[in-house]
This record gives sequence, C-alpha cells and structure tokens, in this order.
Amino acid sequence: MTALITAPPRTPLARLRWALADGWTVTRRDLTHWRNQPLQLVAGLLFSVMVLLMFGFLFGGAMFVPGGGDYREFLVPGVLALTMVFGVETTFTAISTDAARGVTDRFRSLPMAPSAVVLGRCTADLLSAVLTLAALVLAGLAMGWQWHNGVAGAFAAFALLLFLRLAMLWLGIYLGLVLRSPEAVMALQILVWPLGFLSSAFVAPATMPGWLAAVAEWNPLSATATAIRELFGNPGWGGQSWPSEHPVLLAVLWPLALTAVFCPLAIRGYRELSR
Amino acid sequence: MSSVEPAVVAENLRKRYGETVALDGFDLTVAPGAVHGLLGPNGAGKTTAVRVLATLLRPDSGRASVAGFDVVAHAEQARYRLGLVGQHAAVDEMLSGRQNLELFGRLYHLRPSAARARAGELLERFRLADTGSKPVKQYSGGMRRRLDLAAGLILSPYVLFLDEPTTGLDPRARNEVWAAVRELTAAGTTVVLTTQYLEEADQLAGRISVIDHGRVIAEGAPEELKRRIGADRIDVVLHRDADLPTAAALLADIAGAQPESDPDRRLVSAPVRDRMAALSRLVPALSSAGITAEDVALRRPTLDEVFLHLTGDQQEVVA
Repeated sequence: MTALITAPPRTPLARLRWALADGWTVTRRDLTHWRNQPLQLVAGLLFSVMVLLMFGFLFGGAMFVPGGGDYREFLVPGVLALTMVFGVETTFTAISTDAARGVTDRFRSLPMAPSAVVLGRCTADLLSAVLTLAALVLAGLAMGWQWHNGVAGAFAAFALLLFLRLAMLWLGIYLGLVLRSPEAVMALQILVWPLGFLSSAFVAPATMPGWLAAVAEWNPLSATATAIRELFGNPGWGGQSWPSEHPVLLAVLWPLALTAVFCPLAIRGYRELSR
Repeated sequence: MSSVEPAVVAENLRKRYGETVALDGFDLTVAPGAVHGLLGPNGAGKTTAVRVLATLLRPDSGRASVAGFDVVAHAEQARYRLGLVGQHAAVDEMLSGRQNLELFGRLYHLRPSAARARAGELLERFRLADTGSKPVKQYSGGMRRRLDLAAGLILSPYVLFLDEPTTGLDPRARNEVWAAVRELTAAGTTVVLTTQYLEEADQLAGRISVIDHGRVIAEGAPEELKRRIGADRIDVVLHRDADLPTAAALLADIAGAQPESDPDRRLVSAPVRDRMAALSRLVPALSSAGITAEDVALRRPTLDEVFLHLTGDQQEVVA
C-alpha cells in the first residue's frame, strides 16, 4: 500500500501548512473528547461557576473591599484570573496521561509535524479557557457584575486573561513531561489551591500578615486580577505598593517571564524524550 | 529498493544512561518478510533497541535503518514505513476505537475519507467492528491490544515493531494477539518482536537474537539455537517423591552428567548424548530398582534452557 504514503513536504510554506493541519487534527481530538463526554465538560464549567457563586453569596456577605465598592464586582475578575491559573491542571493532566499511556510515543512514531502535539494542546486549552470565561461572564452578569469601561477595555482584559492561560500552558506541559505519576497529578491538584488563594483573587492582600501580603501582591494571579479590575472599571483594593500600582504592566510581564522560562523548558522536555 | 536489501539494519548501536549501558554494540539484520524475535531478560536492552529502530530514541553511536531509511537522518521517511506497538496499549481511552484509528490515520496524512475507510477495514479485521463506536475505556485488555495493533497497521507498514505484545494478557487474549501476528506475517509484513517469553519467540519467530547486557549473544533459528547447546534431554516423572534421589543417581550414571531434580513435579532431567541408548538403559534400570515412573520423555532443550545456557545465569530458572 505504498500508494498511501504522502511525500513529506519540502518547501517552508508547505511544511507550515502541514504543521497547522496536524495541529488541528490533534486539537480535534480534544473537541471529540468534549463531544463524547459532554458531562465532563459541563462539570468543569460548573466548577468555576460554583466557586464564583460560593464566594459571591456564601462568604461575600462577610467581605469588604478596602477602597469601597461592591464585593461581587471585586470578586468576578478575581475568579476569572483564578480559573486561568487553575487551567495548568488541565494541561498537566492531558500531557502526563499521554506520556504515561504511551500515546506520546505513538505520536512520536508517526510522520506528523513534531510541533503538532504542542500546537494542538495549545489550541484546545485556549478554546476550553474561552468556554470557561464565557460561562463565568454569564454567571457574573447574572449576579450583577458589569464592565464599565467599554468594549475595548473588556477585550484588553480578556486578552490579558488568555495570555496568563497561555503562560500556564508551558508550565503545564513542562510539569506534565517531568512528573508523570498519577500521584503527581493529585499533588498538583491540591497545590494549586494555596497558590490560588495566596493572591488578591478573593480578598485584599492588605488584610493579610505583612510577608504573606507581599507574596500575594507579587503573585502573577494578583497581577492579572488587579489589571483586569482596572480595565473592567471594577473596584480594586487600592494598595500602595509597586505591583498594585502597575498592575497592567505586571500582567504582561509575568506571563512573558513564565513563557520565557517554561516554553524552552517544555520544548527541551520533548527533545529529552529521544535522549 | 532492491528485494535483497534488509528490512531492518542495526550496526554497532550504543546507548547509555549515566552509568547504565542500555545498548553495547547492538547488531541486527532482518530480511524482508521475516519475523525476528529479540529475546532477553528485563533490562537486557530489547526495548531500547526497538525504541531506537522506531525513531523514538537517538543512539549515542552506531547506525540503524528501516526500509533503507536511516532512523536518525531520515526519521520522517522511516516513520511512514514502520508501525510500533509498544508495551502499553497506546490508545486514547476517551475516544472510541474508530475515532482512535481515524485520528492516527489523519496523522499519517490520509484524506478524511481514506482514514475513515481504513479504520473500518481494520476494525473489521481485528473483530472490533461491533464495539468500534464504544469508548476504549470499556474495552477488555485483549480488545485494547488488538486496537493498538490495528493502530500500528494503518499504513500497512513495511516493518512492524512489537514490544512485548502479550505482556500482562490472559492466555485467551495472548492467543488472539498471536493469531493476529501470524496473519500479518502470512501477508508478508516484516515483524521485529521483543519478548521475555521463550514460548512466544518459539511460536512466532523464524529467527531469534538472544540479547543480554545490550548486545546480541546468539542468533539463529529456534531449532538451530536449541541444537547449538547440543544435547537432547531425558525427563523422568516419578510416582513417589521418595524415589527422587535413587532415580537421580541412576540417571547420573547413565547420562554421565549431573541431573536436575524438581521435587515439586517429581521430575529428574539430564542431558544425554545418545538418546536411544540412554532410554533403553534407563527404563530397565528403573524397574529393577523398584521405581515406578509416570512418564519418561526424550526432548530437545527448551528455549529457556538455551537461554540460561547462553546467559550463564542460573538464578532465573523458569522451566
């Protein structure tokens, strides 16, 4: 059946088209997962919405925003940023499961573009992030949250959120290739919680003990949360420190820095597989 | 490509991980259409060798080719011509069998219609057509392994690598996989198979390379390997445990070699040079000593014995 063999493309443009096509095939694999198990997808979306509702209505009554303003207006951007950071779990689980089950090796034994696995993962995870953001925005709107600075500000905010998610993608790929055991998956699922809470997502760092407040202020999650509060025109907590006065800059720099470190590490992780 | 060119070549492959030498001058030549078994204990280097040949690992030195394409310099071309079935069923649990085969077909750059058609054919051939649209999560171990095998055959590869294809399967599933491999080889596919099971190599492979410490320590047809360590063996199964020492002494005298005893099976066994003479002396000797034998058999050595003889490792007696 030699006739079935396609000659590998030679020109750079043909190779690019080939890589994009393979990347889309790998993305479609995730889309098929969603179609096969819609409940799993819905449960994932409900989880984020539940966190929002829980803090909005259960704890929300006891919360106050130092600068004044509605707590739910403060909360929604925090949860949006939080779910982007929690996305690292999705990436990590997908990568480590494939590596452990031998699916990664199968891909590597196929004549596909080597970049397709990463490109496919990236597209699928960003699509899932968009779905999560959409669900949260709807829930937020229903509980009275709004953006006040027009569509351009809102778009800039969503762009920053997806940029944070993209940075988490490289971290997730790197960790997934390095730590493959199911126990590591568990550990990561637990560890993202303190990392998520040690931020300005739910409360103002000003209410924390000094050193914890400093960690929380510098948390990449806080940077994005504070930046998008500004872009949406939602109440912030009004800190006086450098990170709380330059949130948008930091919300660009943090994901850039994470990408600069973990993107090469992730690529090296794939290269290491053939060593 | 001329027909005499080997399907698989490995020349002096070396690969080390820190202190561990996984391949230490590994050589292999497999003729087109042959079934070649790589036999060796855990850690002998079988899997490393297959991973190098299947383009997954770069060797530190040496060269290897599949269907004439160098596995490092022309990995992409080699990948179009090889199929790999590894130790795990490397399929996506959340997809159905059909969706898995279509996914891999698309990654071999088949058109959507061709990928669909090929998935259908393979499901039919591996008796998965009925369950083709169920998620793989619900498959039994044997079904997963058959699907895995099907995924390795999407392009009808010139060379199929099977890395311990039946490890962890029950006997029924193992027979299914063996039947599938026999069908493939009947159709002319070259197969390189690693196994720890000597029976498996004996059943499937036309030639066997015995591997230990990262290199081939013996190579030949199974019968040839068995002949190479010479002697036939005589096995005696006794009726009573108590007769074991006496029978061993008699057999030692006749065979001129120290027999091995297996009290659990009430078995004494020794290599013999002249099989018929040994048999005709042993049977009367047993009866005049008042020993009842349940079974007396002459046989060629098993591959286990060949293997142990070659590796000189007496601790892993399996037979």
